[in-house]
This record gives sequence, C-alpha cells and structure tokens, in this order.
Amino acid sequence: MAKVPIQFTLNGSEKAEFVESGATLLNALRDKVGDTSPKGGCHQGTCGACSVIIDGELRLSCLTLAETCSGAAIITTAGLAEGGVLHPLQRAFLDAFASQCGFCTPGMIMAAKALLDHTPDPSREDVVEALSGNICRCTGYEPIIQAVLTAARSNSQNVA
Amino acid sequence: MAIRRGRGVAAINYPTGMNLGGDPTQALVHSTPTGNFMVTLSSVDLGQGMKQIMAQICAETIGVPTDRVVVDTADTDTGPHCMGTFASRGTHRAGNAVIQAAREARQVMLEVAAEELEVDARDLETDGQGNILVKGAPQKSISIFDVALSAHFKRGRSISGRGMFLIPRSYPEKETGAMKPSTCYAHACTVAEVEVDDETGEVTVLTVKNIFEIGRALNPKMVEQQLVGGSWMGISHALYETTEPYYPSRDHGGTDFNQYLMPGPGDLADTEIIVLERPSADGPYGAKGPGEMCANPQIPAVANAIFDAVGVRVDTLPITPERILRALKAEGTV
Ligand code: FES
Ligand code: FES
Repeated sequence: MAKVPIQFTLNGSEKAEFVESGATLLNALRDKVGDTSPKGGCHQGTCGACSVIIDGELRLSCLTLAETCSGAAIITTAGLAEGGVLHPLQRAFLDAFASQCGFCTPGMIMAAKALLDHTPDPSREDVVEALSGNICRCTGYEPIIQAVLTAARSNSQNVA
Repeated sequence: MAIRRGRGVAAINYPTGMNLGGDPTQALVHSTPTGNFMVTLSSVDLGQGMKQIMAQICAETIGVPTDRVVVDTADTDTGPHCMGTFASRGTHRAGNAVIQAAREARQVMLEVAAEELEVDARDLETDGQGNILVKGAPQKSISIFDVALSAHFKRGRSISGRGMFLIPRSYPEKETGAMKPSTCYAHACTVAEVEVDDETGEVTVLTVKNIFEIGRALNPKMVEQQLVGGSWMGISHALYETTEPYYPSRDHGGTDFNQYLMPGPGDLADTEIIVLERPSADGPYGAKGPGEMCANPQIPAVANAIFDAVGVRVDTLPITPERILRALKAEGTV
C-alpha cells in the first residue's frame, strides 16, 4: 500500500514519518513515533484509552487517520511532565490512587486536561461528563473524579 | 406505577487461595554489592500492587527502608515458581515465601556484620535505616552498604535466602466429604439502598456501605483503593455485566466488549468503605487476601434491596430491567 508522508508536532517537537495510507494516528504514534502513552483498548472508539489532544481538541486516536494530522499540534500524556516535574493532573492521580493497572490512565488524563483547559473550575458534574467516554475496569471512577477535582483546585491556587 | 425504595443486607466469608494439587509459591532474595535487596518472584503484578507489597514485606523482614528493595517479577520461565496472582492469594502466599527468604538473607547479613564488628551475630539488630548496630551499644555499628561490600569482595558470602510457602493439597474425608478448599478467610458485609422503577424495571443504587475484615492492611491506601474499585465492580456484576445482554436469543448476544455494559462515572453509588483489621494467624504480618472478595457482597445486597423494594426475587445475574419486569409480571403485581 502507498506510504504517505506526514508531519506534525508531538508535545512540541517536530515529527515526520511515512505511514501506510489509512493507518490510524494511534498506530502511527505507538509504532512509528514510539510514543506508547496512548493505549489501544478497543480500536473502535468506545473505551477512550487512546485519547489525545489534537489542536486543542480531545480526539480518539484510534478513529483518527494519521494522514489527516499533517500540520497538527498533538499532545499526549507522555509530554505532560516538564523537566522531571509531574503535571498537576499526574500528581493528583498519583496522590488520589486514581490508577491501578494504569491502562485507562493516559486517556483519562487527556480527557481531564481537555476539560481543565476549557473549564478550569469544573463542577463534579462537569468532570463526570468529561470522563464519560473513558472506561476504567479497576478504580470504580470515584478516585479519578476526585483527582481531577483536586488538580483543578491546585491549578487555580497556582494562578491566584 | 412508582419509584420504590428498598434496602438489602448481605455478609460473606471469602477464601484466600485454592486447593488443586497444593498451592505453592516460592521466592528468592539476594543483596546487590551495595546492599540493596532483590526479590525474585514469578508472581505477576497486574496493577494490584504486588511489587509494592512484596517490597514492604522484604524490607520489614530484613530491616531496611522499602526503597532499598527491588522486586523482579519479569520472567515466569526463570523465576521461582508461583501458582499465579489469582484467587486473592498473592499477598498471602508470596508474602509468606518472601518472609522466609528474607529471614535467611538477614541471617547471612548479620553473620557478615558480626565478623566485621567482631561480635556475636545474636547481639546485632537493624535500625530500619540501613545500619546494623550492637544491641545496647549503638555507637558500635556498620552500614548494610559496607556489610554487602564485605560479603561480596572480602568474605565471599552470598547474602541471600530461599523462601517457599505451600498449602498442601487437601483430600476430602471419606466419611463426610469434608475438606479444606482454601485458607485464611476474609469477611465482608454490605448494606445497599436502591430505587426501583416498577414501570421500567430500572434500578438505581443510591448507597452502598461496605465493611471489610481483611486481616492486617499492609498498605492501607492500596487496600482502600482495591475496596473502592471492588465495590463498584460488585454493583456492575449485580446489575450490568453479561456476555448475553439480549437474551433469550443467543443470536442477539454481544460480539465484543462494546456491548458489554458496565456502570460509568455517571452511575456511581454513594460508597462507604470501612476496614476492620484482625491480623490473621498464618498471613504475612497478619494479612489476608482482599483481592476478589471486595466485589462480592454487593451482589446479594443489591438483590435483597430489590426484593425489599418491589417484592420480587431475581436469582439470575445481572438483574436487568427486563428480568425485574418479567418477575413482576409473574407475581401478578403489574
Ligand atoms: S482504543 Fe480508541 S476508543 Fe478504545
Ligand atoms: S486503572 Fe485499570 S482500567 Fe483504569
């Protein structure tokens, strides 16, 4: 099958790859670029484990064709920590024991980041709504909801 | 037609491990040249926290900080044998094996320290911070770092230990059929409150209050995490999860996990967890197995609450709206 050249920024750094035409962004990120933080849970848009942020919007990388991402700015959970310091969401997930097997965690954190980027002071209902496309088998969700609310509070304290 | 409220209670005893051809786990512990300790196991960590707990158990037994212990579960081909992390057996079986291996390693460590300090090994103790001291004369001490260097480069000793824990196979008694299928029971009780819509059969779980007796909680935050997630999973088993949601015809069954329902973050019951710690006699530092048991008592508690609400006993899981409506119809209530 014909290879297609794509160029995008991943967590701020330039990437250029040849991908199979029709390859998903999830496969391009994991197998070509080597960013394995987005997980393939269902490969059909129902679990949220593959969530990434493309040009500021939360997207499912398993349903996004890699070739449609040329010129895009892509953010994944792997790019959140800066200089070895965890992002407030990562810190809060750790502190709240919001991750067990960890398979859902990168997708949850992307969904939460997309929420907080638009809604820095969310209600519990906002958080539940934002996470409703992401499945977790282990935690029972409550610790995840609490982690997102805690991260939102710590963000607003940093600004104040 | 109305929304009816009900409350149900259930209590369970839950086993640790199982009884097939015996239930063994083995462990090896050795020190690196710089006095860190490596625990080698085949007991897999699948997110339940096996590595953290085994590191704590090894550190406690040898007398070093937990961050001086590395747990390697990488290879079941080459590691010491373990039946596996299932049946809530990981902490209990592997933990006991690690204690035995760590004790043996500690003994060698104290012997080497005794040679270095020119004292009797029985007069030595650890301070938990990485040092070995003479009892009653703590100014006479040596770091475990130096002991390990001495063992490796001077005295030719291997600071290591072998551990194994076996629950032997239990055969049924001929007369009565009685046998010991497992060991070390954990206990739990759940009270669930539900609302049932007797027109649609829909169930909303309002609250679940769970009390778990799980022996000593070796890592209380991780135990809590397991119990919170398990309580959610119990409700999921009670009301949602099945591979055949569109009974009675199997042709209408789900073909992948997309059709496998579980409650999402918007369907959570108000959940309370209380932990009772009654250290077990044969568990590592008193632990039992809190793994599977935490997802069990919610199921009968929810079934009882539904009975309390609308007066029907649904004895097939999950208790779907359809099953409730059929039961109501059979009762002639609707
Ligand atoms: S892998 Fe993309 S939603 Fe499941
Ligand atoms: S932590 Fe295991 S799926 Fe969420």
